[in-house]
Amino acid sequence: MNQALNPNSFRAGPDEEGRFGKFGGRFVAETLMPLVLDLQEQWTWAKSDPGFKRELDALNATYTGRPSPLYFAERLTEKLGGAKIYFKRDELNHTGSHKINNCLGQILLARKMGKTRIIAETGAGQHGVATATVCARFGLPCVVYMGATDVERQAPNVFRMKLLGAEVVPVTAGHGTLKDAMNEAMRDWVTNVEETYYLIGTAAGMHPYPEMVRDFQSVIGKEAREQMLAAEGRLPDLLVAAVGGGSNAIGLFHPFLDDKDVAIVGVEAGGKGLDGDEHCASLTAGSPGVLHGNRTYLLQNEDGQIKEGHSISAGLDYPGIGPEHSWLKDTGRVEYVPIMDTEALDAFQLLTRTEGIIPALEPAHALAEVVKRAPKMGKDKIIIMNLCGRGDKDVHTAAKHLGVEI
Amino acid sequence: MTTRIEDRFAKLKAEGRPALVNFIMGGDPDHETCLQIMRDLPGAGADIIELGMPFSDPMADGPSIQKAGIRALKAGASLQKTLDIVKGFRAGDDETPVILMGYFNPIYIYGVARFVAAALEAGVDGLIVVDLPPEMDDELCLPALEAGLNFIRLATPTTDDKRLPAVLKNTSGFVYYVSITGITGAAAPDAGKVAKAVERIKRHTDLPVCVGFGVRTAEQAVEIGKGADGVVVGSAIVSAIENSLEEGRAGSRTVEAALSVVRDLSSGLRASKA
Repeated sequence: MNQALNPNSFRAGPDEEGRFGKFGGRFVAETLMPLVLDLQEQWTWAKSDPGFKRELDALNATYTGRPSPLYFAERLTEKLGGAKIYFKRDELNHTGSHKINNCLGQILLARKMGKTRIIAETGAGQHGVATATVCARFGLPCVVYMGATDVERQAPNVFRMKLLGAEVVPVTAGHGTLKDAMNEAMRDWVTNVEETYYLIGTAAGMHPYPEMVRDFQSVIGKEAREQMLAAEGRLPDLLVAAVGGGSNAIGLFHPFLDDKDVAIVGVEAGGKGLDGDEHCASLTAGSPGVLHGNRTYLLQNEDGQIKEGHSISAGLDYPGIGPEHSWLKDTGRVEYVPIMDTEALDAFQLLTRTEGIIPALEPAHALAEVVKRAPKMGKDKIIIMNLCGRGDKDVHTAAKHLGVEI
Repeated sequence: MTTRIEDRFAKLKAEGRPALVNFIMGGDPDHETCLQIMRDLPGAGADIIELGMPFSDPMADGPSIQKAGIRALKAGASLQKTLDIVKGFRAGDDETPVILMGYFNPIYIYGVARFVAAALEAGVDGLIVVDLPPEMDDELCLPALEAGLNFIRLATPTTDDKRLPAVLKNTSGFVYYVSITGITGAAAPDAGKVAKAVERIKRHTDLPVCVGFGVRTAEQAVEIGKGADGVVVGSAIVSAIENSLEEGRAGSRTVEAALSVVRDLSSGLRASKA
């Protein structure tokens, strides 16, 4: 049964078939179907098992360093002269981004399922590093598929993964970027289906991944909600997060979806502008289609062929988007807007100098939207932005775009 | 009225040999050459033709078929042009069954109802859509069956007895058994295991069972064909096309290169039954 577009709750999805309205689903090859159903069964068990929750909570606390702080950005707030700006500081997590939240949850599940080999896809390398990290922690072999183009662009993360003991496989098929890495990971999975667990890095793919990844990432929003109530005694007026596949955003948004007075904005990579093909704004400029196991908004041509995206931030460089975001867009609950490469780069520098925090280029997109909105809001208003990753990995990219040789 | 697929399997049964099912990619290496190859396939021994619908992200295909799709798309292929190839083929052949094989997104974007009507009109007999398992039957399978197209499902080594009835439920024409867990054109299947799997499927259905993925040579085809109603060979033909190209385009030997693979397979299969 599909969910109505104006549900009583925005937090009830997906249905049993993995649908958020018409989005989501299980568009997968038959070879994988029995495994996907098994995963769903295990996940259903895990999400209500107190032991599983205890184990994950303990790792989150002692390995990742949760809860991450909710930080009041005083100088930035003053500078912009409007709403109070808070950052949910998931960039302080072990491995430097929100990706670890999901990886820990999934590797516990993989162990429960008796899987002995982990595979993953990665674009910028953040999910690859987080996956390699948890594999090292639990002593499981790890293979990371990464587009050949990205392997060159993100050499430090490739080295990190190798240090952690992972095998990094450069993917030359297709155009050698994230979507090709995901295709190749699925080909590996379908070949080694019995022993292999596919640790997907974002809230996309076939059911139950979008739901499962969202739930593991929702720790962000749950903490932020409590922390905001403690700090200000009320809920925020606006949430802002960057959207690539959409896992950090859905993690922040989901616990607030039924709080009608909280406005929510997802920020897509507008790249060099939406007029041409050099962007990754699937929701703003794409159309619904079926890729990588689910129906969602995609960048595609009139023949249903998937296009390559472009963004200054490799982590937003994916031509699709998690299905729940597609549904939240169509229902109107969340607003999605594009931010251009240049705007993100400006925000990147602004935060560095104003707050002494070097953000990753992904949350720099979210910040650019905050910079636009905060001054138009009253000083009694409150914004929470998900600062989902730190910028160490992006220093070379930023230098290049700023014309500096290092 | 019987369908082309039923007629073909009845004829093959009378002849006492398994079907040779051959795959080529629609529009590979270009529209005209593809049509030429397709027209000549039955003469070379193909009993059933699978025509690939090119897709930018073929998750279940190995390198040969991936590259064929990219070649076709670069040469201007589209779902409409693949349907046009079928129409062109049907002008000269009203008996050989034609199955379209590919992924759902191009069909979804074309529009399911419009696609089903256009496929029937072009002379398509059946569909194989890799990323539509039984759980997704509402999307295309049911509308296609209702309109009179066969929907040919893949059964795989991971499809256990518990799941098999669900997989077979809305399957028609024949069952395509995927001989390996893996992608097209990869590992060679184990004929003994395949025979057991085919036997298992046949306990659940009266439909013919064809076996594919990883079958490249006449010897393999003969072995696999002993227990099955048909053998599917695709990557070997597609690789032969690739190797015949001159500077990335169809060369003087391209059509012949594809057909000679089919002739070898066909004569091998026929000799083994004689």
